[in-house]
Amino acid sequence: MTWSARGKSAIVGIGLAGIGAAPGYTHLDLTALAVHRALGDAGIDLREVDGLFTANMVNMMATTAVGEYLGIRPAVQVGTNTGGNAFVDHLQWAALALDAGLCNVAVVCYGSNQRTASGAVMPSDQPIYDVPFNPREPISSYALAAARHMYQYGTSREQLAEVAVSARRWAQLNPIAFAREPLTIDDVLRSRMICDPLTLLDCCLVTDGAGAVVLTRAERAKDSRHVPVHILGVASALTHRQISEMPDLTVTAAVESGARAFALAGLMPKDVDVVQLYDAFTINVVLFLEDLGFCEKGEGGSFVANGRIAPGGSLPVNTNGGGLSCVHPGMYGIFTIIEAVEQLRGTAGERQVLGAEIALCHGNGGLLSNESTALVGTPATV
Amino acid sequence: MSEIHGEESPDTTLRRFLDSGVIRLQICGDCGRQIFPPRVLCPRCGGVKLVWSLIAGDGTVYSTTVVRRRVDRGGDYNVCIVELDEGARMLSRVNDVEPTSVQIGDRVQAVIDSIDDRPVLAFVRKSEADS
Repeated sequence: MTWSARGKSAIVGIGLAGIGAAPGYTHLDLTALAVHRALGDAGIDLREVDGLFTANMVNMMATTAVGEYLGIRPAVQVGTNTGGNAFVDHLQWAALALDAGLCNVAVVCYGSNQRTASGAVMPSDQPIYDVPFNPREPISSYALAAARHMYQYGTSREQLAEVAVSARRWAQLNPIAFAREPLTIDDVLRSRMICDPLTLLDCCLVTDGAGAVVLTRAERAKDSRHVPVHILGVASALTHRQISEMPDLTVTAAVESGARAFALAGLMPKDVDVVQLYDAFTINVVLFLEDLGFCEKGEGGSFVANGRIAPGGSLPVNTNGGGLSCVHPGMYGIFTIIEAVEQLRGTAGERQVLGAEIALCHGNGGLLSNESTALVGTPATV
Repeated sequence: MSEIHGEESPDTTLRRFLDSGVIRLQICGDCGRQIFPPRVLCPRCGGVKLVWSLIAGDGTVYSTTVVRRRVDRGGDYNVCIVELDEGARMLSRVNDVEPTSVQIGDRVQAVIDSIDDRPVLAFVRKSEADS
């Protein structure tokens, strides 16, 4: 029988740092500050951390760099770097390590100073057969996926723009979101074209920022100072590295990660109260809503129309404002988890989804390459 | 020295063919899949009997984008994915047309092009290749 994370561990602390711009701070400064805050939130001492799960865009050996900075010597370290989904994936390994007794306090964390330091970074291992054609990665790959989805299903630029507008409306309810000024569909359509059909406002922010979450086994989490948020199911899947090798540009590995995560959790899409999707580009949200089963393949564009995923809509998606309007420091996945926890604790302020019990976090890595899905829930859902 | 010392790598072989004006891609001797980029094994079946076969070069634009760039830096350009009739897909471009005019479904023909002194497979529109 497949091992299941269901209910065995819980997130008991969350922390953010440097959301937006943090001039002069290194990615490790920001990571450590987020970890410090998450541990403070959990009421757990740094010396107790014996499981470290991290990746970033700077350190090939990220657990080494972060562990040294924090001054910890973890018994378990997982530095898998699959792109921005890594931290959702790390939840699976943290839950497994906790359940196996390999560690007692697990920290999943990430930080970046990409906005104030060097601008966006792509890995240096660009495929040699792609490089001569000078694709503007990652945007051009997502543009190719968007163009194919529009061709195959009639998805419109207006529908993609609706994703950005919905994210902005959530961001306007989130005091720490980076972009909060009003935004219309016309604004998105008329902003500068970057890679057809994606304009500047179809693309995520480029910000600094860090996030961390602390997990313990469920038994210890009962004494947590906050409502513990239990891991119900996590799964990851990959299809390709470079976009030309993606089997179908309109279908991501989220089909597989989502199906497995839902099965492990014993849940269905209809059970989910609040959804956090990795929205590096507007097309991501359309693809993931389809692939995770919230609507049929090809219907994502019409699904997001008329404010369905915006505040007041029937399916709250990216309630922090997402990577499009809240924060996107290069690898966004950790923030899907942190916002899910805020919502399930009931501490999301003006953007609170009332009565939220089950949240879905979805991370995406590379060029629609790696997908990780996690279902998390309040104690009542275990 | 190693056990493969002296054998030509897949990338070297492709370049040698393209440099001599011949387009050959690997076909898996076990499952028949056309393979690109060149590899040491078939990503569908794991087979290692890969045969360099002449290709017809006919294909269809599977998806396309225009990378917008300032005129003083060279202007806009096309980046597309072409699916060859024999099966392989590759990132490439359609030459000699307005980048915005490239459409999904366009029939194209492979040509050997050179970018930064490296031989590459680019494409031209089928009608223009025929004329």
